[in-house]
Amino acid sequence: MPEQMPSLQSNALSPESPLIQARALTKRFEDFVAVDGIDFDVAPGEAFGFLGPNGAGKTSTMRMIACMSPLSSGTLRILGMDPATDGPRIRSRIGLVPQDDTLDLEMTVLDNLLVYGRYFDLPRKVIRERAGRLLDFAQLADRANDKVDPLSGGLKRRLTIARSLISEPELLLLDEPTTGLDPQARHLLWDRLYRLKQQGVTLIITTHYMDEAEQLCDRLVVMDKGRIAAEGSPRDLISQYSTREVLELRFRVDDHAPLASQLAGLGERIETLPDRLLVYTDDGESAAKSLAERGLDPVASFVRRSSLEDVFLRLTGRTLVD
Amino acid sequence: MIITATRGSAQESAHRIWRSYLYWTHIYKRTWRASLASGFLTPALFMAAMGVGLGTLVDRHGSSAHQLGGVSYLDFIAPGLLAASAMQMAAIEGMFPVMAGIKWIKFYQAMLATPITVTEVLYAHLLWMATRVAMVSAIFLGAMFAFGAPRSPEVLAAVPVAVLTGMSMAVPSAAFTATRESDQALIGVIRFVVMPMFLFSGTFFPLSQMPAWIRPLAYITPLWHGVALCRSLSLGDASWAASLGHVAYLLVVIAGATLVARRTFSRRLAA
Repeated sequence: MPEQMPSLQSNALSPESPLIQARALTKRFEDFVAVDGIDFDVAPGEAFGFLGPNGAGKTSTMRMIACMSPLSSGTLRILGMDPATDGPRIRSRIGLVPQDDTLDLEMTVLDNLLVYGRYFDLPRKVIRERAGRLLDFAQLADRANDKVDPLSGGLKRRLTIARSLISEPELLLLDEPTTGLDPQARHLLWDRLYRLKQQGVTLIITTHYMDEAEQLCDRLVVMDKGRIAAEGSPRDLISQYSTREVLELRFRVDDHAPLASQLAGLGERIETLPDRLLVYTDDGESAAKSLAERGLDPVASFVRRSSLEDVFLRLTGRTLVD
Repeated sequence: MIITATRGSAQESAHRIWRSYLYWTHIYKRTWRASLASGFLTPALFMAAMGVGLGTLVDRHGSSAHQLGGVSYLDFIAPGLLAASAMQMAAIEGMFPVMAGIKWIKFYQAMLATPITVTEVLYAHLLWMATRVAMVSAIFLGAMFAFGAPRSPEVLAAVPVAVLTGMSMAVPSAAFTATRESDQALIGVIRFVVMPMFLFSGTFFPLSQMPAWIRPLAYITPLWHGVALCRSLSLGDASWAASLGHVAYLLVVIAGATLVARRTFSRRLAA
C-alpha cells in the first residue's frame, strides 16, 4: 500500500503514546445515551477489556473504535488518527470480530478468507499464503473446502477470528468473542488470543464473562449505564472492590434476608441473595468457625477466593438487565 | 455525519468500490449458468406467448395496426417488454440482496469492518445491479433478434436505456429496503408498485387506450419513459429531443434516489 506510507510516517507513534485515546467519548441515539463521556487509553501490546452487563455501552464503544459509528461528541484517536477523517486508513490496520458472525454461510471456509482479504487491497498471492497459515492457526485446515453453514458455533467463531487477521492487524477488536460457546471451544479460543497477544497484537475485548476477563485482560474497565464504574487490572479491582475471600452460606430457610442481621460483624460486608448469604472477609475459615458461637448452623458453607464477579456485582448491582 | 474517506483520494475510493464489487462477481460464479439460461428463456417465452400467440389475434383486428402505430403486435411489445423486464428484475435486485446484506447474511457489515466505507459498499452494489440488468437486457435483445422484432439497428442503444430504466427502480428499492426490518413491505412494493407499473406503463398497449385522466400517472413512472424510448429505438422512429428528454428524466430519478440511498444506508449501517 504505497499510498499509505506518508500517512503512516506522519502519524508515527512513539512507543509510549497510547494506541487508542478516548476523551469524553459519547454516543447518543436520539434520546438514549449509550456511551456517556468515557475516558480511556490503550497502550500498544495491551489486552484491554470492557466488562459490563448487556446495554452498558460496550458494543457502541467498540463500533466507534472500529470507525463504524461516528462519535456524538468527545475525541477519539486511534493509531494517532481521527476516525472521522481517516476511517479507511484506520480500518486497514485493525481487525474486527463482531458480536454476531458476518460470515458468508454459502461460501466455503477458504473462500470466506479469500474474499475478505480482497477488501483490504492485498495481492491474491499474499491472501492465499496468509489464508493457509490462518487456517492452521484456527485449526480449520481440514475444513477449508467445507461450506460454512453447517459448522458449529465454535468453528464459525474461529473462522471469524482467522478472517479478522487476514490483514495482519496491529489492533484486534473482539466483541463478546466466546458468547454461546461450549467450554472446550472457549478455552481453545482463549489460547489462540493469548498467542496473538504474545505476538504483540493489541487486543480489545468486550465481555460479560468474568473468567474471560480474568484470563485475557491486562487491564479492564467495568462499564455500567454508559459510564466507566471502575478501572484497573483484574487483581487491582478485586483488592479494591472486594475482600480476599468470600464465605458462602446456605440455610434451611425459604428467605435468607432475616438471617443477614445475625451475621453482622462477621465480615466487612454481607450480601443477601435469594438462596444464600455471602460474607466478604479476608479470612473465610475463621468467619466460618465463629458461626457456631452465634448458634447458626448452615446446610452448606464454603470459602472461596474473591473473583472479578464479586467486583462486577458490587459495581453494577444484582438486578437483571436486559 | 457519514464517515467517509474525506482525506482519501477519489482514486483510492474507486479502488475500494472495485474491491467490494468483486464480492458480487465471486457470488455470481455459483449461479451464472442458470441465470443466463433463464435470461434467454423468459423473454423467449414472453415473446412467443404474447407477441406471436396473442399478437396473431391482435393483428387480425382491423384497427389494431393503426392504434399500434402501423406495426405488428410483436414488434410493438418486444421493446416494451425489454424495458419492463429490466425494471422488474432491477426492483427485485434492489430489494432482497440488500436485505441479505443488512440482515440475512450481513455481508455489508463484513465489508464495513474493512477499509471500505458505507457509500462505497452502496456504489459497488448499485454497479453490480447495473451489470446484471445489462447482462439480462443484452440477452433479451438477442431473443428479440431471434424473433425478428427489431426494425432498426438503433435498437442496440435500447440496452443502455434498459439499464437506466432498471436502475431508476433498483436505486429507490435499495434506498427503501435499507429502512426496513423485514421483507414484508418489500412484497407489498412488488404487488402494489412494481406489478401495476409493469402492466400499465405502456408495455402491453398504448396509453391512448387508458382514460385521459389516468395517463399523467403513467407519465411520471420511470418505466413509461424507458418503454417509450426503447420502443422508438427498436421501431426506428426515435427523435433526439424526445430521446434526450427520456434519458434526462431517468438520470434525474437515479441521481435523486442515489442521494436518498446514501442517507438510508448510512443511517442503517453506520449510525
